[in-house]
Amino acid sequence: MDVKKIPHINEVSAFHGEYDPKDCEPKSTVRFDERQKNSKKVLPSIEEAIKRSGLKDGMTISFHHHFRNGDYVVNMVIDEIAKMGIKNLTLAASSLTDCHWPLIEHIKNGVITHIETSGLRGKLAEEISRGLMDFPIIFRSHGGRAAAIETGELHIDVAFLGAPSCDPYGNANGYNRDDENSSCCGSLGYAKLDAQHADTCIIITDHLVNFPNAPFGIAESRVDWVVVVDNIGDPKGIMSGATRYTKNPKELLIAKTAAEVIEASGYFEDNFSMQMGSGGASLATARFLRDKMIAKDIKCRFALGGITGQIVQMHEEGLVKKILDVQSFDLIAANSLKNNRFHQQIDASYYASYVNKGAAVNQLDFVILSALEIDVDFNVNVMTGSDGVIRGAVGGHPDTAAGASLTVVTAPLLRGRIPTVCERVNTICTPGSTIDVLVTDQGVAVNPNRPELKEKLIAAGLPVTTIEKLKERAEKVVGKPEPIQYTDRIVGVLMYRNNTVIDVIRQIKED
Amino acid sequence: MNIITTGVAGTMESSDIIVTIEPKANDGIELSLESDVMQQFGKQIEKVIRETLDELGVKAAKVTAVDKGALDCTVAARTLAAAYRAAESTDYVFKEVKAK
Repeated sequence: MDVKKIPHINEVSAFHGEYDPKDCEPKSTVRFDERQKNSKKVLPSIEEAIKRSGLKDGMTISFHHHFRNGDYVVNMVIDEIAKMGIKNLTLAASSLTDCHWPLIEHIKNGVITHIETSGLRGKLAEEISRGLMDFPIIFRSHGGRAAAIETGELHIDVAFLGAPSCDPYGNANGYNRDDENSSCCGSLGYAKLDAQHADTCIIITDHLVNFPNAPFGIAESRVDWVVVVDNIGDPKGIMSGATRYTKNPKELLIAKTAAEVIEASGYFEDNFSMQMGSGGASLATARFLRDKMIAKDIKCRFALGGITGQIVQMHEEGLVKKILDVQSFDLIAANSLKNNRFHQQIDASYYASYVNKGAAVNQLDFVILSALEIDVDFNVNVMTGSDGVIRGAVGGHPDTAAGASLTVVTAPLLRGRIPTVCERVNTICTPGSTIDVLVTDQGVAVNPNRPELKEKLIAAGLPVTTIEKLKERAEKVVGKPEPIQYTDRIVGVLMYRNNTVIDVIRQIKED
Repeated sequence: MNIITTGVAGTMESSDIIVTIEPKANDGIELSLESDVMQQFGKQIEKVIRETLDELGVKAAKVTAVDKGALDCTVAARTLAAAYRAAESTDYVFKEVKAK
């Protein structure tokens, strides 16, 4: 019969004519264990993978930052791309750090002409602050980047994703279930999203394991090629054994006060939800909160975000019921992701996007964040240092600040001679309208748009003052700093989480 | 106060300043300053050092200061101590160092 004559067949979508056995690949009859040894996805070199990806001048490549300062993948891949003579690329990494200084050479040679990232540190950041690149760096928050990728506005041609374990078909993970693996990074939250949306996805691993590498962070259905290399990173730089617990009395005082603020805020009730940063004071706050949870006999419904051993300990004690993990900050967190059933790996979109159908930051009761600077309008800078040089990362700061019912910023009033509270921050990363409370070692300030919160904190006997008074106090001790000198040239653009420009970074002026 | 030898006071610890004062043939204070907070506080640190030496009546000296974010009171105290040592004087006048 003629299948085209079937009634309404032309109105049926995904109709490709009549079945013909010749159209189909012959089935393999080799035993699977043999077959997986010859998986066509596994390529002998990064060079071969770049060739197969069809990477050309002017395209966009992406990387994740789960290997932090121990990452070898970015430098390894871009060295190879440079050797192949490909130029004018956009590097859209989820973040970049100190170890990526060799990019300076590739920028000078025209291999990389534009960078999008959440952060930048070290020599590369200094060079960029001094005007290395013509095209300003585009800084996006984790949520803003996720949104840009999933709407297709930031189109990734080729994603090069390092993975501590992968099977011959591309099921990749941030740890290894089969044996000890030194380059464990835990969650692959930022890589998951890139794998989902890149035209070509290449997994780079130093640990090829048998299929199926389950449960996996990245699924084979999204992976084009797998390359095995000797080392994807330096385990010591990828993560520490356990995130350091501060002994600094100033940080402990801030943490104790922050915990008291949360307790008095009205958000510290049974089944609350929270996110903690990995800074000293923020981590210590978790410990003070733990004691309060036990005393009050309440539980946390879920902890979100960058996860540390402190949160894992509370999870294993039954104090935190579930963990949503976009990035594991230490080995305890990574091992928990592997071993604890209710420690869930999430991607960057689920974490913080503003355009998807639901992001976990919007389900937060409170978040504790840090700040390099905070001004009298509560705007926060986490990007440029006191000398105006780039040395930070936006991360999920603006995303969680906007999503949480209570956003607490913890910071010392002074760092050496530099006041944290100032008239106007060097760079606005998070708008003051989303910050509710500032906790310093010398007092607490509540955003005037939260008068009811201020009442509660005063009633609880907390040292509440105004942010203007904190600024005056700082200036009384250290004096009034002279403003940083910049040229007119823009070297960086800060995109708020909805991808609108919230601020720019200018080239520093040098004598 | 006459500077007759090399006097040093302070440390390289953060929030401190190390001040070295040496003799100089002709009148005038020759100051070289390095600071972690040069942009924000360089002028202020220089002012404190010069005023402190002026109050002591130091007319000629070569001053080298490496600052690690010291407060004004520390800058003044280290400058005073270095000057006394460089003048080989022990006629200390103990008093509160006021912010300039």
